[in-house]
This record gives sequence, structure tokens and C-alpha cells, in this order.
Amino acid sequence: MSMHTVIYTLAFVGGFVIMSLELLGGRVLAPYFGSSIHVWGSIITIFMLSLSIGYLLGGRLSVKEPSLKKFAIVFLMAAVFLYPLVYYSEAVMMIIFEHVEDPRYGSLLASGMLFALPTILLGMISPYSVRLLVQTTEESGYMAGRLYFVSTLGSAIGTLATSFYLVLYFEVNTILGGLTVSLLAVGVLAIVTHRRGLPS
Amino acid sequence: MSRVFKQSVVLLLSILLPGVSYARIIHTERSLYSTILIDQRGSIVCMQFSVRREQRNQSCRDANDPQRMVFTYSKMMMAALLFQPNPQRILVIGLGGGTVPTALAQLFPDAKISVVEIDPAVVKAAEDYFDFRETENTRVIVSDGRVYTKRALARKERYDLIMLDAFNGDYIPEHLMTREYLEETKQLLNPGAVLVANTFSISELYHHESTTYTAVFGGFINLKSASSSNRVIITTPEGTPRVDNLSERAASLDALLRPYDVKLSGYIDEFYKKPDWNTVARILTDQFSPANLLQSK
Repeated sequence: MSMHTVIYTLAFVGGFVIMSLELLGGRVLAPYFGSSIHVWGSIITIFMLSLSIGYLLGGRLSVKEPSLKKFAIVFLMAAVFLYPLVYYSEAVMMIIFEHVEDPRYGSLLASGMLFALPTILLGMISPYSVRLLVQTTEESGYMAGRLYFVSTLGSAIGTLATSFYLVLYFEVNTILGGLTVSLLAVGVLAIVTHRRGLPS
Repeated sequence: MSRVFKQSVVLLLSILLPGVSYARIIHTERSLYSTILIDQRGSIVCMQFSVRREQRNQSCRDANDPQRMVFTYSKMMMAALLFQPNPQRILVIGLGGGTVPTALAQLFPDAKISVVEIDPAVVKAAEDYFDFRETENTRVIVSDGRVYTKRALARKERYDLIMLDAFNGDYIPEHLMTREYLEETKQLLNPGAVLVANTFSISELYHHESTTYTAVFGGFINLKSASSSNRVIITTPEGTPRVDNLSERAASLDALLRPYDVKLSGYIDEFYKKPDWNTVARILTDQFSPANLLQSK
């Protein structure tokens, strides 16, 4: 497996996890804040905001000595921030529900508390991937285009798989576990690739 | 093209032949949550939340006889009164045309009735076309049913009768079908209180919903209508509702409910039948609730 293939695989998984998590966010919030349009508004706002911050941070991180190893750490940290949702989301939502009467701001605050951190980390993936892929100025647009193709395709498939099939067979927490394992697996793949020093 | 043509013909006929039973659409509105369609067929005005024919006529009112309940499911829901003949605090989740809350307000003038409806456009349509009115004792709260239930629990509210009627139209609110939601609702019930739910009798969802109610309440009365895809669940925090003098109660309630065209004695033979669902179907929970996908199966 070439280094490029590894990076594309990582970007695909990152895109998949972002949208799967976003859809599950609706499920997680519904018992406390309902499933009205404002709940989706809150979720999408937080995801967009977190991704924008992630892009900024990912680009920034890529400037100094970029490596697959650092890239892998982003995935491992995303997994570390994602999985605890299974344990603390109920408690967080309960506290917010008790203190914020308006379900619009309640759901906005809850989305922020639950989903911002992992999503910021997932947002760092795209700019960092571009940095690892691009060798020359001429190919930069081409590489960025291909990378966004792969990661957004991952998002599309993540959306479809989660909403059509995964929720029909698995519990929300099980799917969150699956996403965590995927992030850990590709993180490890990146580290192994880094150690082997595969050619690009 | 052909639908537009059909509608034009229907419209034309209904103008040319007033009083003839062609449904005339008198109001349509795309609200935040559904498409609200009000149509009139002779003296009967109906509210629908879907354009799919098999899901039509969610709530109807006969202008010539406004008390008469047009739909079987609203009549079946009144069977809850057999087990709680004098409810003083009533919670209704889902307003629709307001037929059932209006009847309850007339039957129990001193009862406090809270109606929770998510869609402000439905409240307005009920007022405009169904003569529904908020009063001192009947109040409408625009809120998600689940959110209202959680808030009511925190305020330690308790009810004698809870009616769940939020499952109309194309989309099922999946967070109102789960074990956790039913447990929260159960906690809102006084001892001896009754929960009645208007739900589904077709599709895979029937089995999952039945096992979920069984898991939370222990058992329930399952009332199905031959003429529609509705089924009504009646249960209590103590399990399947039972009284000794059921037929006497039905007879005396029938007299009271005559203006509404409700005959409860016709239902009591159906009450204690064996489960006709798959009793090992997976229970719906906040973690697992693909109700809309199951409904389409």
C-alpha cells in the first residue's frame, strides 16, 4: 500500500465518521430536546463551526514538520474524544435540560458540549492530508480536489449507511463504538505506514 | 398533469353541485412539520397530514353534528373512560383537529386538560376549521411531546388520563415510541390512572411497539379497527386494565357518550384477546428506534 493510498483511506474514514456522528447526534439529543428543526439546526451549526475551526488548526499543524505519525495522533485523539459520549452524554444533557428552558439553546449547548471536540479533530484531517499529498505547486489543486472527492464521498457513504442501515440493526452506542474502532484502526495503519517509511 | 386535471374536475363539480359528496380542499399549508390539508365533503371537514391516500382523514368534524365523532379511532380512545370514569387532570399529546380534547372538556367541565402540540400551524387550523378553543381549563402548549413530558416530570405533575395521539401522517416521531419515553409517561400517571395511545396496526412496527408497551406496562388492551390501520392501546401503571362490572360501566357510559356517536359496549368483547404479535420482537429504545424504517416494511 502506497502512502497516498493510506492517506486517502484515512480521509475517507474521517469523512464517514463526521457524517455518521452528525446523524447520530440527532438521536442522542431527541430524548431531551425533541427532533424539531431547531435541534437539527443546533447540530449542523456546531458541526460546521467545529469543522471550520478544525480546518484552521489542521492547516496550522501541517506547517511544521508534517508526518504520518502526527496525522495518526489526530485520529487517535478524535477516537479518545468520541467514545466517552457513550458514558457522559446523558449526564451532560440532564444538567443542560435542568438549567436551560428553551430547547433551541439547550440543544445548541448540548451539541457543543458533546460533539465539538471530536468534530474539531476530524476537521483537521483534510488540510493535513493535502499537505502530506502535495509535492509541487502545480499539482496542489489536483491533489486537493482528489482529497476532497475521497473525504466527501466518505461523508456521503457515512450518511447513507448510518441512516438507511446501521440504525436498523444496531444501538446508537454500538455504532459510536464502531466509529471509534474505525478511527483507532486507521490511526494505527498510519503509524505502521510511518514506521515502514513507505514511498509516496 | 392527470392529478391536476382530476383536482380541477373535482373542484368544478364541487362548485357546480354543492352538497354532493366530493371532497373540496379548502386549505392547504406546508408547515414546519407536515403538510396540512383541510378538505370538506358535504358537511364534514377533515384535517389530513399527508397526501398519501391510505393515510388520509386524520381528524374530521361534521358541521351539522359537531359532537359526533367521525372516526373509529377517536371513538376507541374514549374506551379509556371505562377504567377512569372521572379524570380530573388530563394530558393529551397531539392536538389534530382537537376532537377528543373538545369532547373531554364537554364531558368533564371541571377537568384540567393540557394539550401538547408541536406544530403551531395545527393549532391555528384546529381553531379556524374545527372550532377548537382554548379555555381556562383547556390549554394548549406548543412543544415537542417528549420535552414536555420531561418538564412535567421535573415539575412533579400527575395525570388521571394521558392520551397519546401524536402518530399521524407520514412521519413518526421516533423518540415518542421508545421504552424510555413510555417509562417517563408512566411516571406521570396517578395510581388508577389510564394511558391510551392511538398507534399502528400494520407493518413490522406493530410487533415492536407491542413488545415495548408490554415491557413497560406489563400488558394492555389492544383495540383494533377493521376499517382502518389504527389500533388503540389502553393500559395503566398497574398493567392491563380490569374492572368487574365492565358491561354495566359500558352501558352507562354509552348513554353519556350518545351525542358523540360512541358505543363502548361494542368494543368490550375485543378487550382480552391473546397477543397476535410476535412477542419476541426487539423492544424500541432511545438507542434503537428505527420506527419509520419498520413502518415501511
